[in-house]
Amino acid sequence: MLNIKNLNAGYGEMPVLKNISITIAEGEIVSVVGSNGAGKSTLLKAISGLIKSKGIITYNNESLQALPAHAIVQRGIIHVPEGRKIFPEMSVIENLIMGGFLQRTDRKENMEKVFTLFPKLADRRNQLGGTMSGGEQQMLAIGRGLMGNPKLLLLDEPSLGLSPLFTEVVFTAIQTINKSGVTVLLVEQNVYQSLNISNRGYVIEIGSIVLTGTGEELLNNQDVKKAFLGM
Amino acid sequence: MFFLQSLLSGILTGGVYALAGIGMSLVFGVMNISNFAHGDLMMLGMYLAYFAFTLLHIDPYISLLLIIPTAFLFGFIVEKVFIHRIISHPHQNQILLTIGLGLIMSNTALLAFTSDPKILTTSYSSSAVHILGGISLSVPLLLSFTITCGITGILFLFLSKTTTGLALWATSQNREAAQLMGINVAKMSAIAFGLGTALAATAGALIAPTYYIHPMAGHTFLLKAFTICVLGGLGSVVGAGVGGIIIGIVESMSSTYLSSDWKDVVVFIIFLVVLLLRPQGLLGKKGEQ
Repeated sequence: MLNIKNLNAGYGEMPVLKNISITIAEGEIVSVVGSNGAGKSTLLKAISGLIKSKGIITYNNESLQALPAHAIVQRGIIHVPEGRKIFPEMSVIENLIMGGFLQRTDRKENMEKVFTLFPKLADRRNQLGGTMSGGEQQMLAIGRGLMGNPKLLLLDEPSLGLSPLFTEVVFTAIQTINKSGVTVLLVEQNVYQSLNISNRGYVIEIGSIVLTGTGEELLNNQDVKKAFLGM
Repeated sequence: MFFLQSLLSGILTGGVYALAGIGMSLVFGVMNISNFAHGDLMMLGMYLAYFAFTLLHIDPYISLLLIIPTAFLFGFIVEKVFIHRIISHPHQNQILLTIGLGLIMSNTALLAFTSDPKILTTSYSSSAVHILGGISLSVPLLLSFTITCGITGILFLFLSKTTTGLALWATSQNREAAQLMGINVAKMSAIAFGLGTALAATAGALIAPTYYIHPMAGHTFLLKAFTICVLGGLGSVVGAGVGGIIIGIVESMSSTYLSSDWKDVVVFIIFLVVLLLRPQGLLGKKGEQ
């Protein structure tokens, strides 16, 4: 579905990603784990067209790099950014409407789906995004992403700064979304939980992939255990 | 009685200032650009109203129906040709470009229309309505104010109820997140600049019947619009509306109780005090730019 080969990207003169290669097949949950500053967010920004990149990114055999960000969204690649980036002065409903900007005919139906997945959002439908807690904002950010009819969902650190309870809710939601037929690329520092729900994973260190395998293989890998799981 | 008279005239004038301020604020909010050509766009609106009246014999308030779409299109094209190139550049580059565009407009007007001030006199230009036995309100100002309220209301509905309006508003809150929603932010910028231009030209056309029309008229209003934006909180449309009314009242009050020479001084003193005590503006949010 998504094929990344020898990808190089960065900000201005500063290179962040060095020759990264990743593949994602339809229906998978794939995790990219690594510490802060390893280039995880940069990878997602390169895929969704927020930053320019060199190398190859193809989605169903079409190159994404020449496309503007909104055209990439149109193809069903939806990026839920780090730090949620919800619209603070807009209500929950208005945020969701923006998520479905390109999918206006399915708006009602998608909104119902989001409210079934996160009933809390339904209770808060008229609350301003900026006044919600971090966990609620994360639900809203994911819900807003679902409004765009994703085929491939890019999630950037959805558990960052959340309580264990909300983290659980978010990871359960990711599995539910995946079972409904959405492919997921998950970028996380929460190594244990993300590899636990993933079919496959990649470990990224200072802009390069250093390890790859199934979720289980990586969780049992001595280096991963030492570096990320404190074992 | 003096007080009420002064307050009401202030509110009426302030309404038109608000319109100019809202246009500037909208552009700043969506594009993060301070448009220093805003006053000259107002001047173009004044001339459009003037020529519609003298050549085509269309009443200045009716000619808005022509001026608004023309100005929108003009702004849209200016954005597509010039402004979009500097949208992610440092502020000083943006200021230089917009000042340059403004100079080209005012000097072209100087060349084409000469520096002689023109006066747009309608049959009701100097008529006034009297209320509460003694307060007189100028008919053109009353008309301008009513139209301003109508346009502001429509703009507000557009921004809060239509998907395109919400997308504009979303772009002003977080440009990157807006892109991730599939919003074409380049198009939103052009629409915002078109709307900003239309609002500036409308404000210009609305003051045309009560003001001298000349090529440099925009400069006074640029400063006013900028003050209003900063006062209300840059990027806040509601703030600009409130800021405009405040400036209108302050000007009118200081003309009544001090002297009309002092009105700008009082406006800028208030401006400085607000900047000192509340640098984000009256309705702006802390931490935004």
